[in-house]
Amino acid sequence: MPSSTDASINQAAAQAQLKKVKKQKVLLMGKSGSGKSSMRSIIFSNYLARDTRRLGATIDIDLSHVKFLGNLTLNLWDCGGQEAFMENYLSQQRAHVFSNVGVLIYVFDIESRDVERDLATYVNIISALGQYSREAKVFVLIHKMDLIQSTNREAIFNQRVAVVRRKTAEAVAILHKHQPSPSSLSESEGGIDLDMHLFATSIWDQSLYKAWASIIHDLVPNLGVIETQLASLGVAIDADEILLFERTSFLVVSRWSSHEGDRNPYGDRFERMSNILKSWKHTCSKFTGTPRNAEQFTEFEYKMGPTFSMFVTKFTANTYILVAMPPGEARFNSAKLNVAAARPWFKFLDGPPVSAGPPGQIPAGLGGYSNEMGGMAAEA
Amino acid sequence: MENRQRLEQIDSGTMPDATAQQQPAKGAPRLLLMGQRRSGKSSISSVVFHKLPPNETLFIESTARIQKDSLSSFMDVQIWDFPGQIEIFENSNVTFDIDAIFGEIGALIWVIDAQDDYTESVARLHHTILNLQRSYPQINIEVFIHKVDGLSDDYKFDIQRNITIQIQDELSDQGIDNAPVNFHLTSIYDHSIFEAFSKVIQKLIPRLGQLEAMLTNLCRTCRFEKAYLFDVNTKIYIATDNTPEDMSSYEICCDFVDVIIDFTEVYGSWPRTQQWRDRLEGEPWDQPLEDQVACDRAEAGMILSDSQRPIMLREVDRFLALVAIMKEGSYDKMPQINMNVDVVVKGLEEFFRITKQKNIVEPTIMKGPGRPLQGGR
Repeated sequence: MPSSTDASINQAAAQAQLKKVKKQKVLLMGKSGSGKSSMRSIIFSNYLARDTRRLGATIDIDLSHVKFLGNLTLNLWDCGGQEAFMENYLSQQRAHVFSNVGVLIYVFDIESRDVERDLATYVNIISALGQYSREAKVFVLIHKMDLIQSTNREAIFNQRVAVVRRKTAEAVAILHKHQPSPSSLSESEGGIDLDMHLFATSIWDQSLYKAWASIIHDLVPNLGVIETQLASLGVAIDADEILLFERTSFLVVSRWSSHEGDRNPYGDRFERMSNILKSWKHTCSKFTGTPRNAEQFTEFEYKMGPTFSMFVTKFTANTYILVAMPPGEARFNSAKLNVAAARPWFKFLDGPPVSAGPPGQIPAGLGGYSNEMGGMAAEA
Repeated sequence: MENRQRLEQIDSGTMPDATAQQQPAKGAPRLLLMGQRRSGKSSISSVVFHKLPPNETLFIESTARIQKDSLSSFMDVQIWDFPGQIEIFENSNVTFDIDAIFGEIGALIWVIDAQDDYTESVARLHHTILNLQRSYPQINIEVFIHKVDGLSDDYKFDIQRNITIQIQDELSDQGIDNAPVNFHLTSIYDHSIFEAFSKVIQKLIPRLGQLEAMLTNLCRTCRFEKAYLFDVNTKIYIATDNTPEDMSSYEICCDFVDVIIDFTEVYGSWPRTQQWRDRLEGEPWDQPLEDQVACDRAEAGMILSDSQRPIMLREVDRFLALVAIMKEGSYDKMPQINMNVDVVVKGLEEFFRITKQKNIVEPTIMKGPGRPLQGGR
């Protein structure tokens, strides 16, 4: 352990580095029946995909505050998609709805009969957004992909992506013409440049987790600190991969892979793990009869002979951690102890009172502990 | 032998391109899936034997000819999926070789769509049972009252009672009282279909009682609440201990196996580099990886937050895994439990070695004078 003075200096630095509670306005928009509320319920309220059938239409705007980790609150504006509401958002409530937006999530129903009309609405929304919150990030989800036969999915998605991109560019161009803003003019001839991402999603598979993990990824405060801490932990315990999940949604907050872990051919493994663990949580809640939002499991260990070992465990109050590592009994046990010992270094995830220990790196003592433990156990 | 030859004739005659490449071992039990059109037979076999996600069964086309599948696991099983429009017993165009179809059968699974009008299906089932009872009274008839998801419990049981009474009344009118007919309520959207298949398969396992006794014994010594022996690929359980059946324990164990399979695929199915291995086997470990592990097979454990109940899994062989729900707070005793489980796993291996061997030896004995293995005795 570093000396106490070091610790206090580091602590002060950490305090300066760690940001306070952050509120983010997230707009969830799209045509009525496109599945906005369903996905929100699955991600944040632990609904099962099939339970979403029970959801009725959202009337006007359904405001919810989702606490994500200790120091991020999502102000989720689930905007009912019926045309009357849409017109209202674009006219009377325009400033109210579209100002200070952090993220716009726009949902397209792939099965929609009237694509032209959907796109026209989308263009209007983008214009309004460009007018009031030009910093906002835009995520476009092409939803209900499960209704397309799997062989055609990619082609249809790409086609739709091209259309949406073209329309967005048009909307941005018009916006630019009507409201030339000095700041954007000076930048480049492109003017307002939208930070836009597109995803193909379905509530029936892991694609939903991929999209949402990417949405929240940019919103998580102190991500840099989390990443460096995870990396030091990973090196110290000899892991191949570490994933950090948010407790309720099981979205991947951050991850680290060793050089070897990076060779994993399964590029979709992060959202897949979210999906697996979340449905496992459902299974547990069904078995125990405890509410879905309650904590369901504390510990999950799996050792696959001489191939690999892994464990998932409750980490900080708001997170779970998954560690995949090389096989070996001694290595496994010391890794578990070390992960437990590293908890205080991630305390800041539970904010808002910033009380993190020395950030940046795990002290050398921890690494030494690992080897020492391992050596002892290996001898025994 | 005659059966087999005739069977091959059927294969080459009425359905030339049916999966002829498979020549399963003689004596492999056969499961026949029959029922009305669109009752869900192909969906069932795709979900159970090919791991198709249930919602993708929407895209399955109607079956036009007999689909044969074989499941090679701890026991080889053939699954024949009959198109609903084929009438085996009254068909003027094609005469089916009844003996070839039913000769080696393990069980006939009759699928009834519970969300549809089932009068015709029940009538056909009745007809089929009558025909079978005459020549093949030993065949188990398993009736799957299918697509019961979305039906209320009361309604489900009403249907089951209706069908059971109808069939039994008509059979006893014909003087058949103890026909081996069983009824199961199933759906591909939950675990019921796997549970039903488990029951069907268990009846085909030689010396099931012995297996069950081993598991019961394990449960007693380790204070397990419930233990299952799973066929990992299909999530069918082939044996359990003698405590009362409990659907919810089966479900959680089933899903536990699924989670483990997924983890294995993501992290355990690709080769690591030599450098990785060299580093792990060097200082300070100085041991090959194989010696660094306590158990050379997959083992897993997890603890439910509610009442601290652990669930454990241990791989038995390539096909089978032992899954058990443990008593509250007994995770600390894991080392002792592991030793007990080791013993049982060895016992199970022995069991399957012996029963497998029997399957192989029998035909050689039957074949006649040579008797290479048993010669002198």
